[in-house]
Amino acid sequence: MDAGLLGQYVFNGLMLGIIYAMVAVGFTLFFGVLDVIKFSHGDVLMVGAFVGLMTYLGLSGLGVTSGALLTVCAMFAAMLAMGVLGALMARWLVLPLRNAPAINVLLITLMAGTVLRELIRLFYPAGANPKPFPRLLPTDAISIGTLTLRYDNLILLAVGVGAIVAVHLLVTRTKLGLAIRAVAQDSETARIMGMNFQMVVLVTFALGSALAALAGVTAGLYYNEINFSMGLLLGVIGFSAAVVGGLGNLYGAILGGFLFAALQTLGAVWFSVPAYKDVFAFALVILLMAWRPTGLIAEKAAERV
Amino acid sequence: MSRDKPASILPALLLLLSAGIYAFLFLHAEQQWEVAVLAILGVAAILSAGRLGISGQVERSWRCSPVLLGWLAMIVAAALIYLLREDHFSLLMVATLLLYAMVCLGLNVQFGYAGVVNFAGAAFFGIGGYTAAMLAGHTATPHLLILAIAGLLSGLIGSLLVLPLLRTRGHYAALITIAFAILFRTFLEVNDLLGGPQGLKVPGISLLGWNFNDNIEIDDETQFSFYLAYALFSLVLFALAFLLVRRLERSWLGLSLDAVRIDETAASVFGFNVARWKILAFSLGNVLAGVAGAVYAMMTGFVAPASFTIAESLIFVSIIILGGVGNPIGILPAAALVVILPEKLQFIQEYRYLLFSAFVILILLFKPGGLLPRPLRRYFAHWGKA
Repeated sequence: MDAGLLGQYVFNGLMLGIIYAMVAVGFTLFFGVLDVIKFSHGDVLMVGAFVGLMTYLGLSGLGVTSGALLTVCAMFAAMLAMGVLGALMARWLVLPLRNAPAINVLLITLMAGTVLRELIRLFYPAGANPKPFPRLLPTDAISIGTLTLRYDNLILLAVGVGAIVAVHLLVTRTKLGLAIRAVAQDSETARIMGMNFQMVVLVTFALGSALAALAGVTAGLYYNEINFSMGLLLGVIGFSAAVVGGLGNLYGAILGGFLFAALQTLGAVWFSVPAYKDVFAFALVILLMAWRPTGLIAEKAAERV
Repeated sequence: MSRDKPASILPALLLLLSAGIYAFLFLHAEQQWEVAVLAILGVAAILSAGRLGISGQVERSWRCSPVLLGWLAMIVAAALIYLLREDHFSLLMVATLLLYAMVCLGLNVQFGYAGVVNFAGAAFFGIGGYTAAMLAGHTATPHLLILAIAGLLSGLIGSLLVLPLLRTRGHYAALITIAFAILFRTFLEVNDLLGGPQGLKVPGISLLGWNFNDNIEIDDETQFSFYLAYALFSLVLFALAFLLVRRLERSWLGLSLDAVRIDETAASVFGFNVARWKILAFSLGNVLAGVAGAVYAMMTGFVAPASFTIAESLIFVSIIILGGVGNPIGILPAAALVVILPEKLQFIQEYRYLLFSAFVILILLFKPGGLLPRPLRRYFAHWGKA
């Protein structure tokens, strides 16, 4: 295999990895503050992508033609809408089940995800069919030897990295981040210290959901197609990535995202039938879980009997 | 209420009779509004029975002669199937309901008793179906043996997941079964030997020279639907599975499973072999799902990856949540709600996933025990009251 082709695979893997990492960071944030899995995350991503598409359709109907402006508006509209949706779901579905078994939260959000998916399928015009997502960014390419890198993909990669770095800075450097980390470490003590627990939880869910919306619009711009069921697989992959990395750990989620993308890319290279790449990646996830039951960056846990 | 007062058998008899009549009316209802009214009445009856203490009375009266009432229940079900003898569609629904309920019995052992989550129920159902397709299509294996092999193979493939499942718990364990469900479906779609996305044809069951797929001709005039045989066969299988699960629950095995679910750490401190009980529950559940899947595939005549998606697995999980986790009785009304209602109510067919998800959300929020919450374990008829 020559260097150009290898580079192409690495670049595609990086693109996938950044999308997966954005989804996984959401899972890990939610798990951090509430010890729950919000399984509707992938479907929130999908709805975010549709909000992005609708924003584009609305704005271009109004005569806006600048690709950069349309992209920025689509991304912000999707993030805003999904941030609100995420907070609402946390308030009405997740928080009421705080004292129920953890699996009930997983189930209720799974069902909420199905509701979102079905709503788009049934009520978005011709929602059961894949929708073309416009190319809004310049598609010129720079060539380095046999390796071609398109500008739009480079921009998307930069946006993704920027978003993850921003979340990281938010969590580690700001007062809000301090509150999120305090609640994650010990929510009772955090409350005794006068923190508004519910507000921290809602903000965290809004943050994670906005990140998912960004990932959704990014996926739309990258594949130039979105459909109502895209969230299911992306959600499961994001969940796998967060779990393989170690739930509750921001670096683990990023590591897991890129690891999963690497596994899929390797699978696509090795197998003559490319569809085996998912079989390969998920089989390795199961093996990884058997080897490191609480992820690569292990959760520190002690049990009281 | 005195605790020694012997319960009367009457409430249980009335329940059986009314359930039989209700099921007949429901399956026979032709108009959409009739179905809707009956469905609402049914759910309301179950919910109010819990409120008014009727379910407690029925339960006590059932305990005074469980064997007799069990046989009576079988007779009522068989009579119902016989009354529907010429109606292909109703019989197909009854058989489907019973087979789905059988899978849920398995999931109930896994999740309700041992606390092992399984989001790959449809995958194990599918393993049974594909085993039947391969064996019945390409070999001359006797069909009863095929059912047994389908169950065993399903359990065997499930055992590949045992090690990761034992090492993980909670969300990490949930991920393993979800990953397996997706892996299985993708594998079926890309594997040409197994028919790819189009799936495979499956021959019907034939037992001792009797081909289930032939209509039963009594004379030139009367002809019974061939689904009659499948419905009765599914009834027998379901009854056996139900008996097995009930016995398991009542035995020391069930007690151990409960202990492992309620507090794994405490159970292991008290000397329970947690791994052994989880393996037992997980394998038993998968075997039941595999057998049911094989019968279902042979009844419907084909298997395809689209029937074994994670959405189908979620349908199974919804059934046990709706019915009441850990209560095998609750599975039947819940499965009827999930399997039969959308078939009868054509106008909700398109919206069924939406409606069920919304319904499960409401149940989880407001009645987390399900329609029929699991009652306390009682070993003697006179223990406890209400």
